[in-house]
Amino acid sequence: MNSSDTAWVLVATALVLLMTPALGFFYGGLVRRKNALNTMMMSVCALGFAGLGWALLGYSLAFGSGNAWIGDLSMSLLRGVGLEPHGTIPHLLFFAFQGTFAIITAALISGAIVERMRFGPYLAFVTLWAIFVYAPLAHWVWGGGWLARLGALDFAGGTVVHVNAAAAALVVALVLRPRKDYARRAILPHNVPFTLLGAGLLWFGWFGFNGGSALAANGIATLAFVNTMLAPIATLVVWTLLDLSRTGRATAVGAATAIVVGLVAVTPAAGFVSPISAILIGAIAAAPSYFALLWRAGTRVDDSLDVVAAHGVGGTVGALLTGVLAQKSWNGVADGLLFGNPRQLVIQAIGVLGTIAFSAAGTFAIIKVLGLAAPVRATAREEGLGLDVTQHGEEAYSRGEGAILVLPEAGPSRGLPAAAPALLETGAGSP
Amino acid sequence: MKLVVAIVRPEKLGDVLESLFRAEVRGLTLQRVQGHGGETERVETYRGTKVKMELSDKVLLEIGVSDHFVQPTVAAILSAARTGEVGDGKIFVLPVEKVYRIRTGEEDQAAVTPIEELAPT
Repeated sequence: MNSSDTAWVLVATALVLLMTPALGFFYGGLVRRKNALNTMMMSVCALGFAGLGWALLGYSLAFGSGNAWIGDLSMSLLRGVGLEPHGTIPHLLFFAFQGTFAIITAALISGAIVERMRFGPYLAFVTLWAIFVYAPLAHWVWGGGWLARLGALDFAGGTVVHVNAAAAALVVALVLRPRKDYARRAILPHNVPFTLLGAGLLWFGWFGFNGGSALAANGIATLAFVNTMLAPIATLVVWTLLDLSRTGRATAVGAATAIVVGLVAVTPAAGFVSPISAILIGAIAAAPSYFALLWRAGTRVDDSLDVVAAHGVGGTVGALLTGVLAQKSWNGVADGLLFGNPRQLVIQAIGVLGTIAFSAAGTFAIIKVLGLAAPVRATAREEGLGLDVTQHGEEAYSRGEGAILVLPEAGPSRGLPAAAPALLETGAGSP
Repeated sequence: MKLVVAIVRPEKLGDVLESLFRAEVRGLTLQRVQGHGGETERVETYRGTKVKMELSDKVLLEIGVSDHFVQPTVAAILSAARTGEVGDGKIFVLPVEKVYRIRTGEEDQAAVTPIEELAPT
């Protein structure tokens, strides 16, 4: 075991965990104020529910030896996950680091179903999804499964995390159908500064996501870390120029989206490509996602916060470009098309297609089974009032006017504030 | 001339504006208000503190119209703002003593008649 490797992965685990509440801010800012809490809660509660599913069952299904398709139950309930070395870090730390990935991947899906899904079924969905869709896919690529044996390159989860989440997002968005106001009314972001805050924190956390995926404090970690800085820089520039040339205005929501797209695109490539290639990946990734966003908004597919355009398209571009730009002189593992190994690009494409197929099928099965047990979609009335009040009994921006303290029945006999009945009698200006 | 004052649910505002637009009612003022119309009180909980929300968010619309426009205006709001549950709101029709259009100084009937060439097409 190596103490500097352990120290870095400990920090990286905390960084990746921060990305999930950061995603809550990113998504929360993009919805209407009446759904702000519900949207943020979808990320926050994924920390609990997907996290627990991972700890009890998912980790074993992903990293137990098993077969080419799925792990086994040998490490379920954390059996045998102790302080013994896993590479150069403690096994327990490896488990925790991987857990943060399972959590954020499940939370990413929520962007496609905001403002309309009942919260109970959502919790059941992310729990089951982390166990039965995420874990097998992680096994394929990182747990010694068939994609790993085939030689697919996915440094930190371009397919496992992003393409996977996007395929699932598309399926649930289609199953839940569009929001009742979608394409009928203007639906505007209620707090763009939240979205920028979320994007900033995501970038910060992503240094742990990609840099930590080296599982060591070494040169490859440095390469992944620096590439995580360079790719979004390039995406941000190209995206802003696209905005300026198309409309004459650089938008803040666009800038926040660009950062995420750049991060997604460099995720599979981070520790496999040279820094200048990372800039190239970031720059190239801007346009496909940019135009996918524009195109999607005109369709009947209510992938509300564009998980597919940002994570699906960005992740696919990144995974394929990894097959083009991978450089053995930097990564010591494999070359890509540009460095004389065209087969790598084919393997990357197989990885993307396999991920989409499995994720879409698994997600469809889970959401349909849940639909048999209980309605997954909020009623039109709940959608109108907003999910904050109807699902959580709270408001994001409560003014507190007209709020009356409810005292417990058997509590001290302080009685209702005298103002309360008077307020009702005068009607406070309204009938 | 009458002043139509309507209090509606915020989530119905989009429908009401669309309906008024279809009824060719131009020119209105709206405010976000809070009020109580006998609907069931909402209970919210913050860190174990339970509160009853006595006041709900509503939108108040004020529309100055000439007499023959009162019925279409009221009908448009009635049809669009209704959910059938307590708390849908009220419409008041008030007499108006005098109206002036500030830009031109026109009075009364002329002041509440939209100017056709300026109306959006």
